[in-house]
Amino acid sequence: MQELISRAKELLADNTVARVLGWRAGDLPYNPEAAYFETPESLDEFVYDGFCGANLSKMMIEASKLEGKTLVCLKPCDTYSFNQLIKEHRVDREKAYIIGVGCKGKLDVEKLRKMGIKGIQKITGAKLTDDCENLEIETIYGSKTVSYKDAMLERCHVCKGKEHMIYDEIIGESKDTKDADRFAEVERIEAMSPKERFEFFQKELSKCIRCNACRNACPACSCRRCVFDSTKFDSAQKANVDDFEEKMFHIIRAFHVAGRCTDCGECSRVCPQGIPLHLFNRKFIKDIDQFYGEYQAGADAESKGPLTSFTFEDVEPGIVAERG
Amino acid sequence: MQRIGVFVCHCGTNIAATVDVKKVVEMAKMEPGVVHAEDYQYMCSEAGQSKIINAIKEKHLTGVVVCSCSPRMHEATFRKAAEKAGLNPYMVEIANIREHCSWIHKDMEEATKKAVILARAAIAKVNLDAPLQPGESQVTKRALVIGGGIAGIQSALDIADAGYEVDIVEKLPSIGGRMSQLDKTFPTLDCSACILTPKMVEAAAHEKINIYTYSEVEKVSGFVGDFTVDIRKKARSVDMSKCTGCGVCSQKCPSKKIPNEFNRGLNNRSAIYIPFAQAIPNVPVIDRENCIKFKTGKCGACAKNCAAGAIDYEQQDEIVTKKYGAIVVATGFDVIKLDQYDEYAYSQSKDVITSLELERLMNAAGPTKGHLERLSDGKAPKNIVFVQCVGSRCSDNRGKSYCSKICCMYTAKHAMLIRDKYPDTNVTVFYIDVRTPGKNFDEFYRRAVEEYGVNYIKGQVGKVIPQPDGTLMVQASDLLDNKQILMEADMVVLAAAIEPNKDVRKIATMLTASIDTNNFLTEAHAKLRPVESPTAGIFLSGVCQGPKDIPETVAQAGAAAVKAIGLLAKDKLTTNPCTAKADPLACNGCSQCMNVCPYGAISYEDVQVNDHGVRETRRVAVVNNALCQGCGACTVTCPSGAMDLQGFSNRQIIAEVDAICR
Amino acid sequence: MSIEAKEEFRPKIVAFCCNWCSYAGADLAGSSRLVYPADVKIIRVPCSCRVNPMFILRAFEKGADGVILCGCHPGDCHYTTGNYYARRRMTLLFSMLDFIGVENGRTRVEWVSAAEGVKFSQTMNEFVEKIHSLGKNVRLEDIRCRN
Repeated sequence: MQELISRAKELLADNTVARVLGWRAGDLPYNPEAAYFETPESLDEFVYDGFCGANLSKMMIEASKLEGKTLVCLKPCDTYSFNQLIKEHRVDREKAYIIGVGCKGKLDVEKLRKMGIKGIQKITGAKLTDDCENLEIETIYGSKTVSYKDAMLERCHVCKGKEHMIYDEIIGESKDTKDADRFAEVERIEAMSPKERFEFFQKELSKCIRCNACRNACPACSCRRCVFDSTKFDSAQKANVDDFEEKMFHIIRAFHVAGRCTDCGECSRVCPQGIPLHLFNRKFIKDIDQFYGEYQAGADAESKGPLTSFTFEDVEPGIVAERG
Repeated sequence: MQRIGVFVCHCGTNIAATVDVKKVVEMAKMEPGVVHAEDYQYMCSEAGQSKIINAIKEKHLTGVVVCSCSPRMHEATFRKAAEKAGLNPYMVEIANIREHCSWIHKDMEEATKKAVILARAAIAKVNLDAPLQPGESQVTKRALVIGGGIAGIQSALDIADAGYEVDIVEKLPSIGGRMSQLDKTFPTLDCSACILTPKMVEAAAHEKINIYTYSEVEKVSGFVGDFTVDIRKKARSVDMSKCTGCGVCSQKCPSKKIPNEFNRGLNNRSAIYIPFAQAIPNVPVIDRENCIKFKTGKCGACAKNCAAGAIDYEQQDEIVTKKYGAIVVATGFDVIKLDQYDEYAYSQSKDVITSLELERLMNAAGPTKGHLERLSDGKAPKNIVFVQCVGSRCSDNRGKSYCSKICCMYTAKHAMLIRDKYPDTNVTVFYIDVRTPGKNFDEFYRRAVEEYGVNYIKGQVGKVIPQPDGTLMVQASDLLDNKQILMEADMVVLAAAIEPNKDVRKIATMLTASIDTNNFLTEAHAKLRPVESPTAGIFLSGVCQGPKDIPETVAQAGAAAVKAIGLLAKDKLTTNPCTAKADPLACNGCSQCMNVCPYGAISYEDVQVNDHGVRETRRVAVVNNALCQGCGACTVTCPSGAMDLQGFSNRQIIAEVDAICR
Repeated sequence: MSIEAKEEFRPKIVAFCCNWCSYAGADLAGSSRLVYPADVKIIRVPCSCRVNPMFILRAFEKGADGVILCGCHPGDCHYTTGNYYARRRMTLLFSMLDFIGVENGRTRVEWVSAAEGVKFSQTMNEFVEKIHSLGKNVRLEDIRCRN
């Protein structure tokens, strides 16, 4: 982290960049927040550790409009989102100085809570320079040791790899933390009966409070005016008043990002209700891979997305019924 | 709020017999925005239209719903009427309560209920309609004719005579088409070449006609009045400007064993060849697949012997790009392959031939110089059996469901010609029905039976069995006498079904012209617009639209030409105003819409916007109305809904959905 | 047993038809007097690619029991490529609806040309029958829209 801070200070000092987009400590040890730093001194507050899960690429949409370059810290998986945003002309590559920051998997405080760990005061072992094998957690009830892996975000178990897709320089080591099948959960649900599937999603989606956190965090869901806030479809809604609307919102949201979603997992990470929203995106990704060939959104900044291209031999929609 | 008038048509009893029109009027009156509703016997009549006009004027209507037949029938009529009354024509919507309701439902209550719902949907749509202004586009005053058979030649001549430039694109080395392969024509027995050749010459000599032979249409873009077409001029390997057409090259060519397509493969040609004596242009072409020079690099006999130095082995395909205002499709037909019809022994016996092969056998320029002889042993046949409907009117999937239309007549012609020239030959025709509608057709057929003694038997041939002695045993049934027949023949002639040229599907796709399950091009209206494709600016000439004989083909070719002339005579066309439109405030500038637009109508511009007080420069989508055809692909790609389609807006379609599901 | 249960189930079916092929095919079915149930109501759209998944979900929300989309056969689109995009969109949407447990027979895409009046009518008869077998759509409707 120190290397990162000193490099950022240098770039600010020589006016290569006008500001730094990174993280600063929050009021609790596990909730650092995204922040801009405009002076070398302010960078003393800069934080980068295992809890810095937030994907900062979306913030570059606004940062691209600011005067001068913005130094942005992107983890390997964040760079996919950034590429996708370049493809869609939402961010300006020229306005970004990308430091590819190392990542050894990001942590999910909810996982700790599920283990019964409460009253967290201090966590050690989550620094990037650590080997990230174990976490020492001091709580008001005493200290606990937890395997780093067990506290990782779901998305890190299906890590896309340690390579940055786009960067100006890389600082810090990364590790591929993949140890699970990305589509296993989707397949588990597919294997259920329609009634079970319906009940599963009914149960999950009924938790939705329409806080729009998923929409706000998602780098693909970055419309200037969301259809759910506009009059263009007679679909403006403030909150779900009926179970239909939960489904409508989440299906359409997933559809609008289908072929553009990099599977960064921010939607599920930020959902205060713990709804596994990434399942919708994964389902689309799985179908796209199966029907139209494997496609990773954001792997490049040029290719045509699967929903803006076609082949003459594409499968017919009837495949859904045939598949049973 | 709109002031809407609803007009319910009885269409005589077409609608009123199944739909309670009074009830529809009564229910429509209760819909939001409706200030006037009435019914009338024929809304499309002069009197019906004046009802609409008067109501618009008297009740100050801002929108009109006509509950009537399909909008494909009368939308234009009612829009014109509204315009006469001073209302923007795009404020008119049609509820299709005839084709989609009264004609398919039997129960009055049910049909009435549905008619009310369809009316509601149309009212809901009009409530959200906005006046639209059509734009204008230029007309390129040149026509393209695809296919150089009699249909294409006739269309081209008619268009050229009206003073417009025409290009004919023919994929074979010469124009002439199927008609050039025929010997005589029914019902007058004129020599086919004698009446076709002057037309070919006229087309070639016409100052307004430009012929691309040995060429194919490669790409079509644009739209009515302004098509851009890439034509591939295949390398002929002969310089057209130098060649004198002397024919020495063909004589000297050592590669002479290539089946002659013009004679249906009944004899051979050389690798460099002129397809037939009257070919236009009278310039040979090198068939590169069979040319020794192209296969091995050695030979070059033609070049050595060409006094004019016209042979050019280096010649390359050339792409010519031209603009056209109208396109006439005249791609013609072929006879079906008979590999599914083993029972007729077509592939086992040389003496079982198709009627088109018989044409070549009887033609003086054909493989036998016009002598009717068996291809197996060169002997004159004494017993000839004709089999009708081979693959036509077929109920299984081996053949075609339709009647090929020309076979009854050409078989009568063949039978008559054979009996005339070789009176000692017995001719038997097996038929399902003899169909002879047409001027002097039935008389012609009766002459074959009565004067020429052709033996017509109603019945089907079950099997043709080649005998060891070279004859053919024909097994058939006589349906009138209800008996089985076993008959010896030395030649069997099959009236194979005709089918559209195999390239027509490719061409239809390029033209976005619709095609039916039999690969015939679809007409805009089966009765009233038989020579137009539903795709504006595309006209249908000849058999590509459906089976036809020569006079019908020529008549239709002329009709297609007139339609094309009518289009070319206009300087400008009004464009469809139902185009896409982007809301600059909601546009993300993501380019997804641009990626799916088939017309390249969407571009991006940096625009100054004032978004509720935020002033900034944004990259936003801009639609070129002259290019946009209004498909709506962009509207669904746009996640924010910034891109919408005028006349079929998101809110309008949702309003229709709501009205139907209410 | 409620009184409603005795009533015959009349499904609400929305059919989106492209103007150039399928709407004309429906017209041909009409002029050929090829009967299909009155439960089917057609909405004319310029092209199958105009149909937004929002429209389909909206129909279900408002109580539709089945939604069918008809367009030109692949390769025959009046706008050249529209139905290819529609095909991908609908494949993914239908798969998603199936994934969340909506019976997959409630949605269908069928390519119907202007010459296929018979196919149009057959398709509608089949589809209505299918919806009858599935019964009322209760998984996606907005209960406030129940009348």
